[in-house]
Amino acid sequence: MAVLVDQDTRLLVQGLTGREGSFHARQASTYGTVVVGGVSPGKGGTSHDGLPVFNTVRAAVRETGANTSVVFVPAAFAADAVMESADAGIPLIVCVTEGIPVQDAMTALDFVERCGCRLIGPNCPGVISVGLGKVGIIPGHICLEGKVGIVSRSGTLTYEAIHQLTLLGLGQTTCIGIGGDPIVGTTFIDALKLFEEDQATEAVVLIGEIGGVAEEQAAGFIREHVSKPVVGFIAGQTAPSGRRMGHAGAIVTGGMGTAAGKMAALSSAGVAVVESPSEIGTATAQVLGRQ
Amino acid sequence: MNLHEYQAKTLLTGYDVVTPRGEAVLSAVDAGRAARHLGGRVVVKAQIHAGGRGKAGGIKVVDGATEAERIARELIGAKLVTPQTGPSGRVVERLLVEEQLSIRNELYLGILIDRRLRQVVVIASAAGGMEIEQVALDSPELIYRLEVDSRLGLLDFQVRCVADAIGLTGSSAKQAASLLQGLYRAFVELDASLIEINPLVVTEVGDVIALDAKITLDDNALFRHADLMRLRDLAEEDPLETEASKYSLSYIRLDGNIGCMVNGAGLAMATMDIVKLAGGDPANFLDVGGGANAEQIRNAFRILISDDKVSAVLINIFGGILRCDVLAEGVIGAVAELDVRVPVVIRMEGTNVDEGRRLLQKSGLNFTTVNSMSEAAKQVVRLAS
Repeated sequence: MAVLVDQDTRLLVQGLTGREGSFHARQASTYGTVVVGGVSPGKGGTSHDGLPVFNTVRAAVRETGANTSVVFVPAAFAADAVMESADAGIPLIVCVTEGIPVQDAMTALDFVERCGCRLIGPNCPGVISVGLGKVGIIPGHICLEGKVGIVSRSGTLTYEAIHQLTLLGLGQTTCIGIGGDPIVGTTFIDALKLFEEDQATEAVVLIGEIGGVAEEQAAGFIREHVSKPVVGFIAGQTAPSGRRMGHAGAIVTGGMGTAAGKMAALSSAGVAVVESPSEIGTATAQVLGRQ
Repeated sequence: MNLHEYQAKTLLTGYDVVTPRGEAVLSAVDAGRAARHLGGRVVVKAQIHAGGRGKAGGIKVVDGATEAERIARELIGAKLVTPQTGPSGRVVERLLVEEQLSIRNELYLGILIDRRLRQVVVIASAAGGMEIEQVALDSPELIYRLEVDSRLGLLDFQVRCVADAIGLTGSSAKQAASLLQGLYRAFVELDASLIEINPLVVTEVGDVIALDAKITLDDNALFRHADLMRLRDLAEEDPLETEASKYSLSYIRLDGNIGCMVNGAGLAMATMDIVKLAGGDPANFLDVGGGANAEQIRNAFRILISDDKVSAVLINIFGGILRCDVLAEGVIGAVAELDVRVPVVIRMEGTNVDEGRRLLQKSGLNFTTVNSMSEAAKQVVRLAS
């Protein structure tokens, strides 16, 4: 079992003919994901790496039965691409593209929700269900099949956590990168809900960072609704306030969104919060051992 | 991207926002001329990208042109240190000379994006002129919040409610309503992430005027605002940060002595954290991005070590898209080319890691390679001291 992505995933790649799109479509396919085609406006009717290319998502869905899409199109067009997938009724849309204007992201998310679809990202590494399939850019070879779910606002820090778990022989069910932007489609709470309901997931690793109040909200949800053990880490404990740390969302302003506040909130909700990023793996081993 | 007060006011004037009469100047002589032109008492305001200017002596009320010129001479070229500039302060290059208004009361108006609600919100308060965060903490009842449905925009009755909530009536309420509608239009059209009018003042005769204005633009949206991009003031930025942005590197200079180079913002922050936990002090935040090539790695390394506080370097790369052999080539090239004298600790993991390690070893250069983040932090702290 896993969440979001599994053997029934039929993946459509928006921006398939671009450099990133083609590379990651191949990677996903090699990992065992069923990639059914791509959308590149103006190139419909051609094929790319043996995959059919369509002008519109509607046409692609009609011809291939795609039920998941991943967006690699440039930032200026990405929000439109996301909305096109939602309009075509694709239930799960993963937007890897970084640098989307925040007002575009708000518009797209509003539209996606009205269509009853789910958006992951933008500016995220996507989802991998270990051994079943991947939608996005998380490297498959560092993962191991197992029982830990991961949800994170970061990309490479997620890989670091996966790597630590794998080295300790602790496999993963699904790893979800929700993205580092101020506005993202899927929140920590959404991911925690999925992991709580997933029978194969026995513990969750939550990786947050400074900025916003998503971790504090997650803490409230964990206290009330999560029975499985959760390990937490917050990046940016030493970041100065007022400076944006790479991610558009990672900024401490007016005393809001500090690492200390987030760590305290998570701790008080019963989360095993680690101070050092190198302790994510061992702390997970501990919470699983206690079961 | 932050704008200067004078830039923000010029932009907002185009959206029917009333601001004091005034002129931005670069010299004391021009400040005197502007003051003479305005007549009477004027306010001389240092234009830097930081709040807290008043307390730091960057805003002065003066009587007439001679006095304005004298104060301008003191301010231009001076370093202003406010709680928001950091200890190094900012050098004043430009002044805004404005008419002095007779003020009845000071209010607050702000528009920003509420990340939790994923909506634009208007914040208004009758307690203007103060830190709004402090007001929100001390007396939350003085803060009025309005959530905007972006599909509908600001509705007339909502705007009337805002004016009422901050105690405005009659003609002042009407003026405030039109000003707020203008601010909202500006917020959307300019792709702002923050517009703040603090204080918004009501004059003795009941006019509603934006006495100060702060605009932060969404960097991600600048591609569709070529005209706004011209408002970027490089003098307000750290030269190394500007240099880094040319190569799509995200670099922020900090106070410590351990240079850090990492791929990914989250991992970069986590690396700074673990260096600190090991007893060291990071000299910078540097995210080379997910798909960096050898050329970018070389530039990143050059920028990193041109901060002369750096006495050791920690490279922490988790190669997903970025391959470890590409990273190794970039680092080897940079170290050889730049005659690097400081110790370099490298921790890399991920795609093609064995080939990367082999290249580093074969290079004959003095690298310390380690296998984990904690080991990397320990080593680099030891080597830096």
